[in-house]
Amino acid sequence: MEKVLTRNIHKENSQSIDVYLAGGGYEGLRKAVTSMSPGDVVEAVKKSGLRGRGGAGFPTGLKWSFMPKEKTKPHYLLCNADESEPGTFKDRLLMEQDPHMMIEGCMIGAYAMQADAVFVYIRGEFVHGTKVLDKAVAEAYEKSFAGKNICGSDWSCELVVHRGAGAYICGEETALMTSLEGERGYPRVKPPFPAQAGVWGMPTTINNVETLACVPDIIVRGADWFAGIGTDERNTGPKLYCLSGHVQRPGVYEAPMGLPLKELIYDLGGGMLHADRPLKACIPGGSSVPVLRAEECDVNLDFDSLAALKTGLGSAGIMVMDSSTCMVKALLRISHFYAHESCGQCTPCREGCGWMERILQRIEDGKGLQQDIDLLKNIADNIEGRTICALGDAAAWPVQSFVTKFRDEFQAHVDEQRCTVQGAAHA
Amino acid sequence: MSFGAEFEQRVDALVAKYPEPKAAMLMVLWEVQKDKGWIDPESEAWVAERLGTSPAQVHGVVSFYTMYKQKPMGRHHIQVCTTLSCMLRGSDELMDHLKGKLGIGEGEVTPDGKFSLCRVECLGSCGTAPMFQLNDEYHENLTLESVDRLLDGLD
Ligand SMILES: Cc1cc2nc3c(=O)[nH]c(=O)nc-3n(C[C@H](O)[C@H](O)[C@H](O)COP(=O)(O)O)c2cc1C
Ligand code: SF4
Ligand code: FES
Repeated sequence: MEKVLTRNIHKENSQSIDVYLAGGGYEGLRKAVTSMSPGDVVEAVKKSGLRGRGGAGFPTGLKWSFMPKEKTKPHYLLCNADESEPGTFKDRLLMEQDPHMMIEGCMIGAYAMQADAVFVYIRGEFVHGTKVLDKAVAEAYEKSFAGKNICGSDWSCELVVHRGAGAYICGEETALMTSLEGERGYPRVKPPFPAQAGVWGMPTTINNVETLACVPDIIVRGADWFAGIGTDERNTGPKLYCLSGHVQRPGVYEAPMGLPLKELIYDLGGGMLHADRPLKACIPGGSSVPVLRAEECDVNLDFDSLAALKTGLGSAGIMVMDSSTCMVKALLRISHFYAHESCGQCTPCREGCGWMERILQRIEDGKGLQQDIDLLKNIADNIEGRTICALGDAAAWPVQSFVTKFRDEFQAHVDEQRCTVQGAAHA
Repeated sequence: MSFGAEFEQRVDALVAKYPEPKAAMLMVLWEVQKDKGWIDPESEAWVAERLGTSPAQVHGVVSFYTMYKQKPMGRHHIQVCTTLSCMLRGSDELMDHLKGKLGIGEGEVTPDGKFSLCRVECLGSCGTAPMFQLNDEYHENLTLESVDRLLDGLD
């Protein structure tokens, strides 16, 4: 397939506005602002079938249409560049290599929702990405793609890069808003939804970096062109896949929505890391989504195909594990992450995440009790759906899926009081 | 306590970007850490006053985010990612190697103040694992040899 999102990244000086403009950059913004109404832009994005690339897969045009049409207060667009879901590193590539594509998408979105400002919330660790973005934003202002009278029109909108400071939870949309307000990043109860009362109590929309980077081409080449790429009308467009773990060539790969998982691992990714260690398991959408067993991996990477297997495309972080992987240790590492990152507001999440980690540590240490496997499942079931934000579910799903799909291995760990996986490394 | 006129100007410019002064909190704390190397209680009080909030609020923020240093760390601050993708590619061996080489544990600083070592969660560099962040920079696709070369070359 022709590359769309990554078409510029290998060009020399791909970060500069001159290179971006030479490749037809900012034509989408110009077209939107000078020849389309905000409503036309929303309609085009709706028609393209674009769904959010941040994790939930929510239809982008529909989300934009929730913003008030009549402006009585400031409107804000937030670009979620917090990219912290384990296994995910695509937004970083876009920001570091081709920041103007994302910026153009931000400004088109801002026009469609008549935003007064766009805030790009980038995770604090991305120091290099922040420098690249800062420079790109300054260039965009200079050329009137941001700031006053954008593209010579009477529409004005500020563009601000805001740095986080290390907290996974701030990628959750309401936590990102509290963080942007200068507080600890605590998620808020919904409703009210952001389109009614978001950051500073004003109508707000939040989108992922990759979602916004898709927008310029939808405007320039048309919604039908975009909708023609992918599996079907519910799973459209070009997509970035982040491949990591036990493969020959990990990295970010662009392909149409619905790329077969096996093609990603064995063709694009060059196959398994060690010829004598076959595929054992794969997490297809970042560590928050349920794991797949090797025999479930004949699946296409799109929202609905993965949902049919009761997992998800999430943030498209594909983590590959070979036969030497101890599933107890892998799950312990995941559960440690959620216990570390829980903000602590809800009792089931705060207590449950810590408890699951301690039980897994006990099993890993060869001190697991017979009832521990059911207990893990039980705790996870009691977190799921009972919390303010989706981090609770994200902590529960890996536990539920690992202990169900690899129950024998957990059982052996408890029975033998040690790891029985051939070649597994244990600390 | 005072940070000087140039610092005040940087803070003013940041505050001007937001509808409310308090929203500049994270960005102002970054400036403090850039100048001082860490965020001390006195600076917290200064930030609180400048942004119209309480020192307790500011401290709550500083302690919530992992990147703000609540004590001075080493000149070369090493943060090793040990989350799943990095673990699958050898981050535990990397961590053990660093502990042995530097003679310190996680969260510690070498007695001469040169190095500090921390374990952190996914840094968005899973395709180039194992990796660590050394001060502001990512170092990716690490091997024990490349780590030795890198650290031995630092002063
Ligand atoms: C715990 C948690 C962490 C999240 N982290 C991110 C993130 O780092 N980046 C991101 O774009 N979305 C993240 N999300 C999803 C956002 O809440 C939100 O759905 C998304 O940014 C919306 O953008 P989209 O519609 O373009 O996908 C996270 C969600 C949860 C529950
Ligand atoms: S589910 Fe967890 S992370 Fe989300 S608000 Fe509750 S305690 Fe915080
Ligand atoms: S798991 Fe280490 S960078 Fe993502």
